Amino acid sequence: MKSPDKKVLLSMFGTMHKIRAFETACQEFFAAGKIPGFVHLYLGEEAVATGACATLRKTDMITSTHRGHGHCLAKGGDLKFMMAEIFGRKTGYCKGKGGSMHIADVHIGILGANGIVGGGGPLAAGAALSSKYRKSDTVTVCFFGDGASNQGTTQEALNLASAWKLPLVFINENNGYGISCPQSKSMAITDIADRASAYDMPGVVVDGNDVLAVYEAVSEAVNRARQGKGPSLLECKTYRWRGHFEGDPTVYRPESELKEWMAKDPIPRFAKKLLDSKQATQAELDAIVGGVKKEVEEAVAFAESSPYPELADLLEDVYA
Amino acid sequence: MAKKTYLQALNEAMRLEMERDADVFIIGEDVGKFGGCFGVTQGLFDKFGSERVIDTPITESAIVGAAVGSAVSGLRPVAELMFVDFIGCALDQLFNQGAKMRYMFGGKAKVPMTLRMPQGAGVCAAAQHSQSLEAWFMHIPGIKVAIPSTPYDAKGLLISAIREDNPVIFLEHKMLYGVEGEVPDESYTIPLGKADVKREGADVTVVATSRMVHSALEAAETLAASGISVEVVDPRSLQPLDSDTIVESVKKTHALVVAHEAVGFAGPGAEIIAQVAEKALDYLDAPVKRVAAPFCPVPFSPPLEQAFIPGADAIVAAVKSLR
Ligand SMILES: Cc1ncc(C[n+]2csc(CCOP(=O)(O)OP(=O)(O)O)c2C)c(N)n1
Ligand SMILES: [Mg+2]
Repeated sequence: MKSPDKKVLLSMFGTMHKIRAFETACQEFFAAGKIPGFVHLYLGEEAVATGACATLRKTDMITSTHRGHGHCLAKGGDLKFMMAEIFGRKTGYCKGKGGSMHIADVHIGILGANGIVGGGGPLAAGAALSSKYRKSDTVTVCFFGDGASNQGTTQEALNLASAWKLPLVFINENNGYGISCPQSKSMAITDIADRASAYDMPGVVVDGNDVLAVYEAVSEAVNRARQGKGPSLLECKTYRWRGHFEGDPTVYRPESELKEWMAKDPIPRFAKKLLDSKQATQAELDAIVGGVKKEVEEAVAFAESSPYPELADLLEDVYA
Repeated sequence: MAKKTYLQALNEAMRLEMERDADVFIIGEDVGKFGGCFGVTQGLFDKFGSERVIDTPITESAIVGAAVGSAVSGLRPVAELMFVDFIGCALDQLFNQGAKMRYMFGGKAKVPMTLRMPQGAGVCAAAQHSQSLEAWFMHIPGIKVAIPSTPYDAKGLLISAIREDNPVIFLEHKMLYGVEGEVPDESYTIPLGKADVKREGADVTVVATSRMVHSALEAAETLAASGISVEVVDPRSLQPLDSDTIVESVKKTHALVVAHEAVGFAGPGAEIIAQVAEKALDYLDAPVKRVAAPFCPVPFSPPLEQAFIPGADAIVAAVKSLR
């Protein structure tokens, strides 16, 4: 497999930073009481969404999860509309009706974050069926957690995709926990990728904190899907830095474990690779980081200055 | 008696029943050391251990199914779903399996299980974490539906639910967990199917459930200032439904308002009103009014969510419109 060109590399660097900065802003504004409801941050897992979505076209589709900001940003979601939605404003992606857990932009293939763990699998199978039905070569990526991998819906979707050879790539984001429940207590296996063999599809364990490893594994699976060869299951091992949701005291995991994973921060790791291989200069990277920071600030300003929905909006959009 | 929160009352009910009956156990997601999504099972893991307070994977269908299966084979599970909204993932195990077993098997089996689930809006948790779904469960023959509004009722009803030989859907309101009230330390039961008159009055009957009982009491206070005497009736369980107490109240007040947080169309109020229409239509001096959520999913944005939740104001307006 040929490695991605410089444009793709720098774009992935920018996306990871965008997610980092966006989520850091969410963390801050949630703490300040400006973001209502629940937020589940993607900090620490940036390489997965970034590497995966860098292999996709605009017309490809994804299904996301409750921890969905990273997927949405990586698939090309607009920061302003996302932030406004998270702030509950009328200018947000969902006119303030969905919030963090329901951000969607179906026009660029983002079929929605999801409040239901395991909700995305069957939807992704349907999206992939739609590609196959229309004889289009678009591909769907289904992001789901280690916890979600135990839902019947996920297993049903894996089977459907396999039986029908759907153009679908299952990307498991194994961050070791479903809320307080460690993987070791929710399943007897160590590698979720092992489940692929039951569905006769490729199953690959990937270092989820290495954006290039993710990019390569997903490229291969996406190409396979595009060529009509059917689905794959990739398991990206990673870790969430924050609690399950903002406000979770994370009493269920040792501090040392977090430290260990923070040392594997995917962003400096990738920066070092880019610099060491002379594919980018420090000045180039700094410029990207500065640009992203500004974008996030603008998104926050947009959200904060946007109005809340009007009461008359309550009964709008229940039906088409 | 001591003041306790609704949450503490529920916790105490489970603890007492687990002490009393070794067949009672808890099953659900993060119910162990973590203490449950809202903290209702806090401390029970430490007291009873991992064999009786069982953490499951994220697998609602299997949680409900395992509750049904363990109940029909002799145990008395108390299952928890983090949010009532997740019942969608598990409905078959509940309504095709647990609810119908006794009947389908010719009365030769029993399914003594309790399924606890928090309902309701108020924390900006949006459309998939805020619904009030009691009407769904009322429509299923074979299961009972409890929906307490106070800490006292929560404890007594939960103990009854656990001792009940049928599946009981136990609907808590997430905005009530912190509400305090007098709760005796000892064990006591409140029968399913027995309404409670939360406030006596002469002019209008307001039948309210769950969090809306508190709004109804607030409305009654406001209306008292304008000389309108409101009787607030809390059915406490919707299946069985104590229509006698409701009808009796209507015969006295000659006017009825029903208030719930579920959406109005085909909501729980429809059944309550139908019962009154069948049994006491001639006693009504005014059309019946429903105070309910509008017919839409629960919106996220705070001002929209607040507009979605029917409150005391809406009850006051409904009562005034009768006169
Ligand atoms: C059907 C359903 N069950 C339970 C929940 C509550 N819940 C939200 S996120 C979560 C944990 C999900 O774990 P995982 O799939 O590993 O994703 P992660 O949070 O680790 O990204 C749970 C139990 C839910 N939202 N939906
Ligand atoms: Mg996880």
